[in-house]
Amino acid sequence: MKRRFLAYPYLLWMLIFIVVPLLLVLFYSFTTATEDGFAFTLDNFKTFMQPIYLKVLWRSLALAAISTIVCLILGYPAALILSSRQMSRKSFLLFLFVLPMWMNFLLRTYAWLTLLEKNGFINTILSVFGIEPIQLLYNDGAVVLGMVYNFLPFMVLPIYSVLKKIDPSVIEAAEDLGANQVTVFRKVIFPLSLPGVFSGISMVFMPAVTTFVISRLLGGGQYMLIGNLIEKQFTAVYDWHFGSAVSIVMMVIILISMGILSKYDNDREGGGLW
Amino acid sequence: MAEHIIELVDISKTFDSTEVLKTINLYIRKNEFLTLLGPSGCGKTTTLRIIGGFEQPTTGKVLFEGKDITSLPPYKRRVNTVFQRYALFSHLSVEENIAFGLKIKKLDKATIKEKVRNALKLVNLEGYENRSVDSLSGGQQQRIAIARALVNEPDVLLLDEPLGALDLKLRQDMQVELKRMQKQLGITFIYVTHDQEEALTMSDTIVVMKDGLIQQIGTPEDIYNEPKNAFVADFIGESNIIPGIMKKDCLVEFCNTIFDCVDKGFGVNEPVDVVIRPEDVEIYPDDSGKLQGIVESVTFKGVHYEMIIRTDSFAFTAHNTLMFPQNSKVSISVAPDNIHIMKKAVN
Repeated sequence: MKRRFLAYPYLLWMLIFIVVPLLLVLFYSFTTATEDGFAFTLDNFKTFMQPIYLKVLWRSLALAAISTIVCLILGYPAALILSSRQMSRKSFLLFLFVLPMWMNFLLRTYAWLTLLEKNGFINTILSVFGIEPIQLLYNDGAVVLGMVYNFLPFMVLPIYSVLKKIDPSVIEAAEDLGANQVTVFRKVIFPLSLPGVFSGISMVFMPAVTTFVISRLLGGGQYMLIGNLIEKQFTAVYDWHFGSAVSIVMMVIILISMGILSKYDNDREGGGLW
Repeated sequence: MAEHIIELVDISKTFDSTEVLKTINLYIRKNEFLTLLGPSGCGKTTTLRIIGGFEQPTTGKVLFEGKDITSLPPYKRRVNTVFQRYALFSHLSVEENIAFGLKIKKLDKATIKEKVRNALKLVNLEGYENRSVDSLSGGQQQRIAIARALVNEPDVLLLDEPLGALDLKLRQDMQVELKRMQKQLGITFIYVTHDQEEALTMSDTIVVMKDGLIQQIGTPEDIYNEPKNAFVADFIGESNIIPGIMKKDCLVEFCNTIFDCVDKGFGVNEPVDVVIRPEDVEIYPDDSGKLQGIVESVTFKGVHYEMIIRTDSFAFTAHNTLMFPQNSKVSISVAPDNIHIMKKAVN
């Protein structure tokens, strides 16, 4: 208890950079600028309820969900292979997974731009075989690709670390009790890895649903996800009140989805939000 | 002679150029309680894992009721295992843990429920069906692990130091209970331990192993009373191991003194190891014994006192219910049939 003061610098940091901005966002979202200052209003939220914005919200959620599912489908087997005892070059493979994370996020995404362009790498190769250039960029597929590429490590790593911690004798026990490899996976390995799957899902879904860089680069200038919408309010339209309201809606949606996830994730120690 | 349920034929096992097992030949009779006993690293657990199918022997065959099962995966063997650290499924309840094997066999629900209840009754944990595994104590978890294995009615139950993590009292209770279950169910138990007392208490047959080789196979009485070599003698209970010379049949010299013994068939003047159990060292307060010595230390051990008695050439460990005070002069003798003569160990 005596050492509590050691937490003060962090608490101060949190107060200045997290709590205060959050309160400001909350304040802006429920107010509007008038001639003599601010006035309370719900108009910002009402504006957001228009079909055009709801469509953006829906599209963001759908693309993030698709990306998360693709990450799970690609990431789980990868984590499984990485964690298997027979893997000898494990650290090298793990290194390959982590390597892209060392590069700047923007740079990585720009790299895809040059690959997918009309005169880019892939289309150049295709033209060698006499295939007409395909429009690879500026559509949902390119955005999903960008999300999967950028966020896949966040799916693989938590699953890998949970799988690695499973006691091999538990798997042997299942085999001993008559389970073949498929049953062992279905009844023991997969259920035991669920905490990793849940944290992988939340670590991919959250950044995917709010991204604005990937959607702007790979989706093109006209492409609108919720992240882009919020960004535009602050950088182009200068309607901070509406931008704050959208942010609040977004936050509530993420909180609710995290809450639902942690309901299924009873095993995680302590500090769940709900 | 009883039927052999499992036979190991010329089994050897090498891990990354380390020879863990060197030519193991062993048969296990139906319904016996067989213990693989030895210090850590002797290959006892590897032997068990080869029987369970978790390791493939480098050479040799595993026979089950005469049929070769060497390459059969674990889930096809009629053998179940109780693991050292229980290896319970933490995501399942007690009932689901025990029912795991039965569900795979696709038994109907009512039968499973009945069998689980009986299994819990067998391990004295009735009514624990819906508890979560994590809420149980170590001893209870081990009972669940045993129930989970036994509920499948295996022909052979393999136990890999199952009591290693329990405290002494609990361990002793579980030893008695395991023996009871084995008798009640008539299942062959193959038990791995490094605890010689545990082995002596429970086993019908003890296999003493060292450095990947079987040192001796026998009943607990055989192993304790007639150890084949100095290693076995030393490992099974405490022993005084004294270098000696066989003068002729039934006459041995050690500590510069000639003793009568009951062993025959050694060469004249052959160097041997003389093994004497501490409880067989007779102590006299006067000089009427054959060797004179001084009590160097006295330790109270509960039932008896452990005393170190130093003679001119050897410090004997002696157990006696009477206490001889430290630094007092005593003399010791050993009865002829308590002197065990062993060939000198080659290494």
